[in-house]
Amino acid sequence: MSFIDGIKRWFRRLLKKGNVKIGIYGPPNAGKTTLANRIIVDWGAEAEWSVRDLLNGVSEIPHETRRAKRKGKVKIKINGGSLTLDIVDMPGLATKIDFHDFLHHGLSEEEARKRAKEATEGVIEAIKWLNDLDGVLLVMDATENPFTQVNVTVVGNMEARGLPLIIVANKIDLPGASPTRIKSAFPQHPVVPVSALKGENMEKLYEAMAKYFG
Amino acid sequence: MDIQIDMISQEHMREMTTMEKIRFILDEVQKGKIVILESGLSPDEEAKLIETTMLEIATGDFTGIEIESYPPSHEKSGVLGKIFKKTPRSRLTIIGPANKMKTIKKDHKLISAIIMSKADE
Ligand SMILES: Nc1nc2c(ncn2[C@@H]2O[C@H](COP(=O)(O)OP(=O)(O)OP(=O)(O)O)[C@@H](O)[C@H]2O)c(=O)[nH]1
Ligand SMILES: [Mg+2]
Repeated sequence: MSFIDGIKRWFRRLLKKGNVKIGIYGPPNAGKTTLANRIIVDWGAEAEWSVRDLLNGVSEIPHETRRAKRKGKVKIKINGGSLTLDIVDMPGLATKIDFHDFLHHGLSEEEARKRAKEATEGVIEAIKWLNDLDGVLLVMDATENPFTQVNVTVVGNMEARGLPLIIVANKIDLPGASPTRIKSAFPQHPVVPVSALKGENMEKLYEAMAKYFG
Repeated sequence: MDIQIDMISQEHMREMTTMEKIRFILDEVQKGKIVILESGLSPDEEAKLIETTMLEIATGDFTGIEIESYPPSHEKSGVLGKIFKKTPRSRLTIIGPANKMKTIKKDHKLISAIIMSKADE
């Protein structure tokens, strides 16, 4: 981070009085909602969250999240320090949406068309949110090609704004997951391999969040 | 099968405003053409392109775009690029209609795109 970026960040934080908003971005189905739920279950202030809430709003059908959703504040305590973050779960970003794809998931034509329309609105909403955040967790499915335009666009926008970005290489519990491929596609950013579903390696992610968002 | 490819030079891109670029790209792609930009879009323009694409999917039969750029945005090309981190780099960008184009392989050195004829769909 440059000196100027450091000053900008300091000012922003001074103005917001510790209200640091972190957006969870990524392509559809990468595991953004699962990760958001995992973070809230681990650190959420609302005591009513428990492990059974891990699957809230999660689905194997893409574009399940079609509205940006504030998941609430978390207070992460690590290495003697603590930081408070406001977590916002975003709709998946895409450059194409075809309602026919949802028919393969057993939706009726009417449901599929509705889902497609809402998904387009969700993408627009997620893009608009980029202006209102203090940092981003960019979630990628580690079994897939990381080098796609939506990932490049999110990275480019955060770089242009001088805002911190952590890449989460998710689904490392699956065979064929390759966090290394993600690291070599985006060598200039921290990459943390996790399984949001199984809760694997989450401490490493919290350490990175404390380091880059703190 | 006729496929038309439009190549847009860096000079031409420089003369266009963001909305002119986006309008041009989406109009050509919706006619079924493939657009190759000698120098790519800025991150902000990329975000606007995705946004405008979504608006147009919502209003018609259009299903969106395939878009890939080369080299990756973080690679600082040339000596100047290495000295001045923020020097604009030229990024070859290829954009096509999602229902006709599919990227089959992409890494740091190569993009291969496959163009499907109607019969393959
Ligand atoms: N194996 C495995 N599956 C996961 C993991 N995280 C999420 N999934 C699965 O991936 C699918 C999508 O998860 P979501 O959390 O809904 O993904 P999302 O990114 O929020 O998706 P959209 O809201 O549709 O953009 C679900 O079937 C999850 O169970 C993981 O770490 N490992
Ligand atoms: Mg989701």
